[in-house]
Amino acid sequence: MAEQLRLARNVQAINWNKIQDDKDVEVWNRLVNNFWLPEKVPLSNDVQSWNTLTPAEQQLTMRVFTGLTLLDTIQGTVGAVSLIPDAVTPHEEAVYTNIAFMESVHAKSYSSIFSTLSNTKDIDEAFRWSTENPNLQKKADIVLDDYHGNDPLKRKVSSTLLESFLFYSGFYLPMYWSSRAKLTNTADLIRLIIRDEAVHGYYIGYKFQKGLEKVDQAKRDEIKDYTFSLVYDLYENETQYTQDLYDEVGLTEDVKKFLHYNANKALMNLGYEPMFPKSVTDVNPAILSALSPNADENHDFFSGSGSSYVIGKAVNTEDEDWDF
Amino acid sequence: MADLVYFSSVSGNTRRFVEKLGTPAHRIPLYATEAPLKVDEPYVLVLPTYGGGSTGGAVPKQVIRFLNDSHNRSLIKGVIAAGNTNFGEAYCLAGDIVAQKCKVDTLYRFEVFGTPDDVEAVITGLEEFWKAH
Repeated sequence: MAEQLRLARNVQAINWNKIQDDKDVEVWNRLVNNFWLPEKVPLSNDVQSWNTLTPAEQQLTMRVFTGLTLLDTIQGTVGAVSLIPDAVTPHEEAVYTNIAFMESVHAKSYSSIFSTLSNTKDIDEAFRWSTENPNLQKKADIVLDDYHGNDPLKRKVSSTLLESFLFYSGFYLPMYWSSRAKLTNTADLIRLIIRDEAVHGYYIGYKFQKGLEKVDQAKRDEIKDYTFSLVYDLYENETQYTQDLYDEVGLTEDVKKFLHYNANKALMNLGYEPMFPKSVTDVNPAILSALSPNADENHDFFSGSGSSYVIGKAVNTEDEDWDF
Repeated sequence: MADLVYFSSVSGNTRRFVEKLGTPAHRIPLYATEAPLKVDEPYVLVLPTYGGGSTGGAVPKQVIRFLNDSHNRSLIKGVIAAGNTNFGEAYCLAGDIVAQKCKVDTLYRFEVFGTPDDVEAVITGLEEFWKAH
């Protein structure tokens, strides 16, 4: 049965000199400033490092990357595009077109990695795996159902969960390699993707919360229940996906902590309280450090447990210090 | 206990964190048309990081405006910064920039609007901090 094509009906010339929501401009500028292309990353410097991986590690890496490719493809051609007809401002529509394009850049960048490091036979095998892996296909189906559905809020929930949660079973691996000084240029590229997805998840989550403000309490309750049960379903599936991929290299438990940590942040992007307690979100510091070189320093001055802080002496600043 | 001064964009994440602390707090106004905030008591500044790339633009311009008032600046005792580890090196960068410029410490970092553990750590931490300052 053919679905009705959903496209925005009321389109007027977009006026960037008249802004209804400052967040649209802020995020547009941020995304434009963050723009990059895989050709700028010297991936070929990873060829030697790639050859130090065992065949099983190479296969795992390629499978993880085809899984990420699928999510980026979905988000580029369906997810971000499906949000356009629900947009409240013309500038929001424009931001989604930017997100959609960037997702296509991300999807293409995995192919750059493949063509640099691998060969046609293994590349084809990895893509074949991605079409046949039941957990990967299941997560694609779950989000696609919402993207094709008729609830704008649920569409944003699924989109935010994809951006801020579903990618992370995959993002773990290049961060892990990077922490072992392997595939470091590939990791540089993945960090650019992670940075983009962070802005996407933040923005779509923000628009979700704006949408939630406009509906009654009953609807809010329904959406909240829906969100948490969706997180639960996706989490169950991610756990199996993770075991399937990472059991052989013994990293499953470490990956799961990273999943919990990111599921919490995805929920927070939607404005909900985190659901996983601290005891299961203690991400391996090496992974956190690979992700964010300045996050592993002790950032809890209060606890006084780290070595990186000393009590500062106050010195008056001069006006010229304030030239940002 | 002394006060907090915070900035939060229209997304309201930092405001939400500050409200959970239950400490008296002054919000730096969002729009240039609003009256600027003037403070007369020592305070800890809570602010989010903008950007996600370079140093430029990481500190919200409203915060710069507030700190450009030398009286306001003289009363800052510490910084608490919000951010996202997914921004890589720019994680909570705004906090580090302000801390360095004001010669005070970054006391704590949290993500989005903070977990319950973050809230607890900051409430306890601030109590101790103000005893010492």
